Amino acid sequence: MNPAASIILFTTASGLGYGLLFVLGLAASFGWLPPSTLFAVLTIGLALSTVSIGLLSSTFHLGHPERAWRAITQWRSSWLSREGIMAILLYGPACYFSAGWLLFEQQLFAWRAVSSILAIGAAATVFCTAMIYASLKSIPRWNNQWVSAVYLSLSLMTGALWFVAIWAFFFPVPTALSTIALVSIIVAYACKYCYWRYIDSAPVVSTAESATGLGAKGKTRLLEPPHTGQNYLLEEMGYKVARKHASKLRTLCLFAAFGVPIACYAFIYLATGYYVTILAFAAAVLGQVGVTIERWLFFAEAEHVVMLYYGKDKVHG
Amino acid sequence: MTSLPKEQSKRRLGLVIDLDICVGCHACAVNCKEWNASGYHAPMTDKDPYGHDPLGVWFNRIHTFEETTEAGQRTVHFPKSCLHCEDAPCVTVCPTGASYKRSEDGIVLVDESKCIGCKLCSWACPYGAREFDDDAGVMKKCTLCVDRIYNENLDNETRLPACVSTCPASARHFGDFSDPDSNVSKLVKERGGYDLMPEMGCSPTNKYLPPRPRRDEKAADGAPPKRLEQANPEGGFLGWIDDLLSD
Repeated sequence: MNPAASIILFTTASGLGYGLLFVLGLAASFGWLPPSTLFAVLTIGLALSTVSIGLLSSTFHLGHPERAWRAITQWRSSWLSREGIMAILLYGPACYFSAGWLLFEQQLFAWRAVSSILAIGAAATVFCTAMIYASLKSIPRWNNQWVSAVYLSLSLMTGALWFVAIWAFFFPVPTALSTIALVSIIVAYACKYCYWRYIDSAPVVSTAESATGLGAKGKTRLLEPPHTGQNYLLEEMGYKVARKHASKLRTLCLFAAFGVPIACYAFIYLATGYYVTILAFAAAVLGQVGVTIERWLFFAEAEHVVMLYYGKDKVHG
Repeated sequence: MTSLPKEQSKRRLGLVIDLDICVGCHACAVNCKEWNASGYHAPMTDKDPYGHDPLGVWFNRIHTFEETTEAGQRTVHFPKSCLHCEDAPCVTVCPTGASYKRSEDGIVLVDESKCIGCKLCSWACPYGAREFDDDAGVMKKCTLCVDRIYNENLDNETRLPACVSTCPASARHFGDFSDPDSNVSKLVKERGGYDLMPEMGCSPTNKYLPPRPRRDEKAADGAPPKRLEQANPEGGFLGWIDDLLSD
């Protein structure tokens, strides 16, 4: 699949934003958020701006952005529609949460309740995003349960890393907090590892023979394509990433998204003062870079079964 | 609403494509383009049509495959357009309601005025039946010539999809699959019509008829293929005439 920059930006930015909203909502519902206005402004600002930038960038690739409002009408059948609705509805609890933290007494029961709704809603929105991809049978590499696990865990990881990075500017980082962030990196790594292991050993789903119904007694191969030039399908679904590049990029992704952040957190336990801030910030930035590579690969490595009509002989799950 | 119709439509209109007969002339694709360039989905945008890198919207494309059989290789021309699936994933993924399956005859259509051009339907379709029109910013697809088959301004014989009416070899058939006595239902029954990629679970309406076994494949089961008796085994003039006529 063609890794469109707008979709990569959308899923990684909104993933970070919803992850951060999840962490904020959860911390608030337990009453763990510090009453610091600047910290509140920075975390809320980062979360809402990334979520909004993501939403805007997802409309960039629409043919008719002015009709985007129609996308909230088909929640009964469409995960894309469900995601749109969740994303819009979530601004409600997000605003209430922000106002409560910035302006009012934050220990009210209603505020805590809304904060937990915010956390659940943020996770549900990311789940809807993942299901847009995971529900497509025509792209077998996405049509598995690891996709939603990867989207959710990477969203939580980037949210947690940025939360700690901003926290470290203002307060000393307690061991419990850095441990939570470290665990989120390890969980995300485990999910991504399982996804890669799954797609690398997945059985063949469709073949040129099943696509054409020919070749009951032998192989079927494309002799002549329908046309000599390009078409929309080849540009959109025919994107191929060379195997050697894919494995290099996987290694790069492993280092940036998981390896370096884990190393940073190992040092955070030992470090003090400014070093903690620098390490936490480095982990967040590199984690974000790693997740962007991961998302590019998620698209570039996915194969669409329509390519069986254009010369591919089999498509794996 | 992009949920599929709850009950199976009363009529199930679709195509039967005979892979035994198709000669790969591309006439169906050309007439499809011709009709639809001024029909329901007009225009079917072409970019750089006379240049080095032409790119355009087509609803019907003819692939050519080489099939290996017991007797060797065989070339099979393979036209492919929308299969108007019973469980059309392109319809259910649509977030706006632009994609829909008609409850009266099962035709899958796009309402261009509602399409936001998110392209998700084209991702969901395993068969590559949908093509995005960059120029109009909306998704386009085969309409089964809905603006021909019900068009009362045309005479009865012309009320067929453009691809069917133009096929010089009669490799394409149009009809109602819900009627067991229709031409298409009979063809499917007699010739073992099948679904493309059944593992995708879309239950396509359109069916494909397999190429018939070759004469020498048939003969492989029993006696060797019959040959005409040679008129003049020694050659000479009569032998030459015999060779000429036997080709």
